[in-house]
Amino acid sequence: MSEYHLNYLEQLESESIHIFREVAAQFEKPALLFSGGKDSITMVHLARKAFAPGKIPFPLVHIDTGHNFPEALEFRDWLVEKVGAILIVRKVEDTIRQRSLTEPKGKFPSRNWLQTYTLLDTIEEFRFDCCIGGARRDEEKARAKERIFSVRDEFGQWNPKLQRPELWNIYNGRIHKGENVRVFPISNWTELDIWNYIRHENIDLPSIYFAHERKVIEHEGQLVAISEFVQPAANDVVLTKKVRYRTVGDMTCTAAVESKAATLEDVINEIIATRISERGETRIDDKVTEAAMEDRKKNGYF
Amino acid sequence: MDLLRFITAGSVDDGKSTLIGRLLYDSKNILIDQLEALEKSTKNKENGEVDLALLTDGLRAEREQGITIDVAYRYFSTPKRKFIIADAPGHVQYTRNMITGASNANLIIILIDARQGVVEQTRRHSIIASLLKIPHVVVAINKMDLVEYSQDVFNNIVIDYRQVATQLGLTDVTYIPISALDGDNIVDRSTKITWYSGQPLLEFLEEVKIDNDINLTDGRFQVQFVIRPQTDELHDYRGYAGKVISGIYKGGDKVKVLPQDIETTIAGVEVAGKPANEIFAPQSAVIRLTDDIDISRGDSIVKIENIPKVSNELEVLLCWLDDKPLISGNKYLLQHNSRQVRAVLKNVEYKLDVNSLQRQPVDGNVKLNEVVKATIRTASPLVYDGYETLSENGSAILIDETSNSTVAAVLIKQ
Repeated sequence: MSEYHLNYLEQLESESIHIFREVAAQFEKPALLFSGGKDSITMVHLARKAFAPGKIPFPLVHIDTGHNFPEALEFRDWLVEKVGAILIVRKVEDTIRQRSLTEPKGKFPSRNWLQTYTLLDTIEEFRFDCCIGGARRDEEKARAKERIFSVRDEFGQWNPKLQRPELWNIYNGRIHKGENVRVFPISNWTELDIWNYIRHENIDLPSIYFAHERKVIEHEGQLVAISEFVQPAANDVVLTKKVRYRTVGDMTCTAAVESKAATLEDVINEIIATRISERGETRIDDKVTEAAMEDRKKNGYF
Repeated sequence: MDLLRFITAGSVDDGKSTLIGRLLYDSKNILIDQLEALEKSTKNKENGEVDLALLTDGLRAEREQGITIDVAYRYFSTPKRKFIIADAPGHVQYTRNMITGASNANLIIILIDARQGVVEQTRRHSIIASLLKIPHVVVAINKMDLVEYSQDVFNNIVIDYRQVATQLGLTDVTYIPISALDGDNIVDRSTKITWYSGQPLLEFLEEVKIDNDINLTDGRFQVQFVIRPQTDELHDYRGYAGKVISGIYKGGDKVKVLPQDIETTIAGVEVAGKPANEIFAPQSAVIRLTDDIDISRGDSIVKIENIPKVSNELEVLLCWLDDKPLISGNKYLLQHNSRQVRAVLKNVEYKLDVNSLQRQPVDGNVKLNEVVKATIRTASPLVYDGYETLSENGSAILIDETSNSTVAAVLIKQ
């Protein structure tokens, strides 16, 4: 093999950097949607590389559901400080109050869906013309069909039938006033690619990605942590288990997996061995309907 | 481990979805919960067997109509390679999607139903493959189980397709007899197709050489973004960020900035903020120059040994991708990598029949999915190579300024 050869991670990295630079050049007010999970952390890493030695030329935006893991918030603030980025936080809680929205009820009251309101308000408040998201096409059926530059109308809606053809590495980010573009620089990465890259680049992650002890209850075969947001019912058995998280979302809708993986190496080995996909294993809300994501995307979800 | 991007093309019912499902399933890239969802949605069917095709069915709108709307991307990997599949629908009206999926592909799998042989769609897909210069072609002759694994059937199709390949100048073509439904010659060698001594499909995909597809000779670099930190310690820093389109660059190289036509020298090259000895295609990198020159997004930095063309009059092949027709004399925006210029479509010479490659007169407006030869004039010059010799620097899109849609794929002629 020639010395002028990029392995698959280097190719993915190069593609993502190219996309970040297109965003910075094509849009007036882009923002990076930062959830605190490993995918957004990887995106911040890629964005730094894209503009080094300069700083990331757009803010990080966190749509805060108020149901976060404290470890993730702590990490977020540490990372923002480290890379010298600007952080904008907007709280779902405030949107619920201002717009008198109805809080979801039930044992696992997910505000996941309500995030959309806060996101759209935030886009309007700052007049963002582009939001960079960490979605991967391998995550879910509807995402497999979305372009890297995905145009949304003024309601944030995605129309799968009216997508622009995306040819070669040429990205058309032109929009009308009021529209915005969601850009997904890591579209072509899989979960395992992300983990391998994190290992290769030595990227820091919040501690909850590694095995730790936690009080959990079992819900339909999934382990959910006890927290101020999720309280056990009378018939629930509270167990103390060694767990880690594969994705970091809300405490109310992210399930843990039993694990002994203390290092990145261990985590990767467990992922290779596991035969359950990321969303199925850790998202409580996706199982509700098969077309759940398609519906949420059409309504302006990330 | 490297990365292979391929596209699958076939007519409706050629078994394309089954083939992709089979590749994912047999290479153990389908996970338990996806399988469960699959079994659940198959339960209502009569025969009760897991329908692999359902694995690649995406949107509810599609399931309801039993069709595929758009290109879907699938991912799988083996210890040897990571694969990205662009799964493009086979309908006639979706040529647009196939072009989208094919534009980045190293390889195309053209599916042929063994009972049907080479049909109009096969020709159409092959013509698109040849227009877009996809380097490697696999002709997968599917449903061999329905022709009793007959070698004669296979051979006759090969003979027919060779004619197509010769006519289109497709040089790297591999023929594989398969049954996607039963998994014959997909991952494992078929025990029923004993007369076939070649590789099963997956093994071929793992081993086909793609290194030489990247041009490391002609130095082409287009500026995407100018990095100017303007901090105290980096006060005078000015880095030109972009992707190496082709070739290799290093500090000390003599380069020319185009279209300004100014010669200068590379002061240094960087990758991700760190100095590098060399940068090469397709790396995202940064070039710093010794002289202070006014350079902005879309300008090219090329090696002086071999200069691309600089012109504002282009001969092009256009694949029309929009529902609104092309109107000769209309103004569009042309985007060539990161360079956007105003363009006017001057002269539509002829239409290319994508079933026969015959040139036909253009009567009326050019419609969706039609391919035409045209002349484009741009407001400022473009720095390009012919698509045939250096596709990465010879491709562009047209954008309708009023709708902002991408309306055409542009292949620039020499």
